[in-house]
Amino acid sequence: MAVTEAPVKSRRAARRFGNRGGLAGYFFIAPSLIFILAFVVVPIFGALWYSFTDYDLMSAPKWVGLRNYSNLLEDNRYPAAIRNTLAFAFATVPTGVVTSLLLAMLINRSIRGIYSFRAMFYMPVVSSFVAVSLIWLWFYDVQLGLFNDIFETLGIPRIKWLRSQDTSLLSIILLSVWKNMGLNMVIYMAGLQGIPGHLYEAAEIDGAGRVSQFFRITFPLLAPTTFFVVIVYFIGALQMFIQVMIMTMVGENTSALTGGPVDSTVTVVLLVFSNAFEYLKMGYASAMSFVLFLIIGLVTLINTRLLSYDVDF
Amino acid sequence: MRVLRYVLIYGLLLTFGFIYTVPFLWMLSTSFKTLSQTLRFPPEWIPGPWAFENYPNGWMGAFDFNIFFRNSVAITGNAVLAQMTSSVLIAYAFARIRVPERGFLFAIVLATMMIPPQVTLIPQYILFTKFGWVETWLPLMVPQWTGWPLFVFMLRQFFRTLPADLDDAARIDGCGSFRILWHVLLPNMKPALATVAIFTFVGNWNDFLHPLLYLSRDDNTTLAVGLNMFRGQYRTQFNEMMAVAVLILLPVILIFFFFQQYFVRGIALTGIKG
Repeated sequence: MAVTEAPVKSRRAARRFGNRGGLAGYFFIAPSLIFILAFVVVPIFGALWYSFTDYDLMSAPKWVGLRNYSNLLEDNRYPAAIRNTLAFAFATVPTGVVTSLLLAMLINRSIRGIYSFRAMFYMPVVSSFVAVSLIWLWFYDVQLGLFNDIFETLGIPRIKWLRSQDTSLLSIILLSVWKNMGLNMVIYMAGLQGIPGHLYEAAEIDGAGRVSQFFRITFPLLAPTTFFVVIVYFIGALQMFIQVMIMTMVGENTSALTGGPVDSTVTVVLLVFSNAFEYLKMGYASAMSFVLFLIIGLVTLINTRLLSYDVDF
Repeated sequence: MRVLRYVLIYGLLLTFGFIYTVPFLWMLSTSFKTLSQTLRFPPEWIPGPWAFENYPNGWMGAFDFNIFFRNSVAITGNAVLAQMTSSVLIAYAFARIRVPERGFLFAIVLATMMIPPQVTLIPQYILFTKFGWVETWLPLMVPQWTGWPLFVFMLRQFFRTLPADLDDAARIDGCGSFRILWHVLLPNMKPALATVAIFTFVGNWNDFLHPLLYLSRDDNTTLAVGLNMFRGQYRTQFNEMMAVAVLILLPVILIFFFFQQYFVRGIALTGIKG
């Protein structure tokens, strides 16, 4: 025992000599810990506590027990918000994942001008949401917009896009898929570059076609990437609201959170914001955001369980 | 057969590339149109008489965008400087300096990356209200100095790819921790630093939510919120609005074109949003 321990100890001692830490190390790490304490840990417990109170920023918080949570069940906008949020997530995630994978495969080759094409697909991701929303607002314009212009040329009747409760959420979905596609495309590109080329060579020798190469090699080997993309994308989709906030505001009031027409685009986080910053119901909004927090945690857990089979194939 | 494949690939790339860039092309074209041309249906793509005056008129018209620009530069500049300093120091400590419970502390940093930001936003707002920081730049500036967990994580991974022998050699020559960091390690990780700088720049330049929450006056807020104010009041001045939008997008797009590989590397590593 003692014989084996001695060299380990001296190696450790040598390393410790190289990187003496102690208090100096904490000096470096301190900002991060302050960040976590002040802006994450304290706020989370704060949110939990506020969710049991009535608080409007002016008068002191008043303890109301579980009333905020029970009010949530009676809030007539909440079911619509949940429905829209889930519909948005289940529509954008599959379409977004499939398009970004296909484009990543198209773009993952060294041919002339490929950098410019990659840049084209990635440009929406780095662009300000406010700026691109203005463009899409015109695309969706009922009288003057590009989409209705194309429809008219093709002989399809005009659609009211953002102005109708049947198509408003679809309009938001289209914009969101376009805006985010490039991000997942790049993640998939990195995944594709990690697949060793000799696998494809071996498959070709065995006579496998392109399609079976995709289903037998590319797709299974990309499972960890897909797992990552789906989880991150889904969690992001559950928190969607900036698009709705910008695209559905009416008239001159640029801070009104409508989610219209007739609540057809209202989302959970939009309701959280509306309650917190329009109506100053900080306690109620905290309760709402806490429920979403739990749902997101649950989704992550389920996804991890479901998709983990594929990850260790 | 080979030629056919190339034609097919370029055909697909051009088609999708066109679909993806149409919004930007339209924005550019509208920014040079006269007001009457923007209202024509079916839409026209080539500006009739070129209305270059949209740019100065939009920028200095209803709102003074010079002020928004100055505010955005200050807030974004602070963020880049702050992240480059704090994230680097924190990551360095996590990668190289042995402190008790380092692994546990790093696990906490990683855990915070999982928490959705909207959960902490309300209590943070309450906190900053109590500090009296609403309508000041402080809520957007101070938190930047405490390092962003995702950057800390990414930089730590980079530090760990550099051999510890580098540190040891420098230490034997009499360097302290700071000098090792500055003269030995940092020159070897310029790509990682560029990734941090670029992501911070783009994220803060485009940020709409935080300035909207904390800065509501037309003399203290940023370009993104300014553009939205402009839109609220002059929603029919599409040409001037687009001219302003072009000017706001320009720095980000230029940076993206020149540093494309850093974006790609950064995303591939962390999957964070631009």
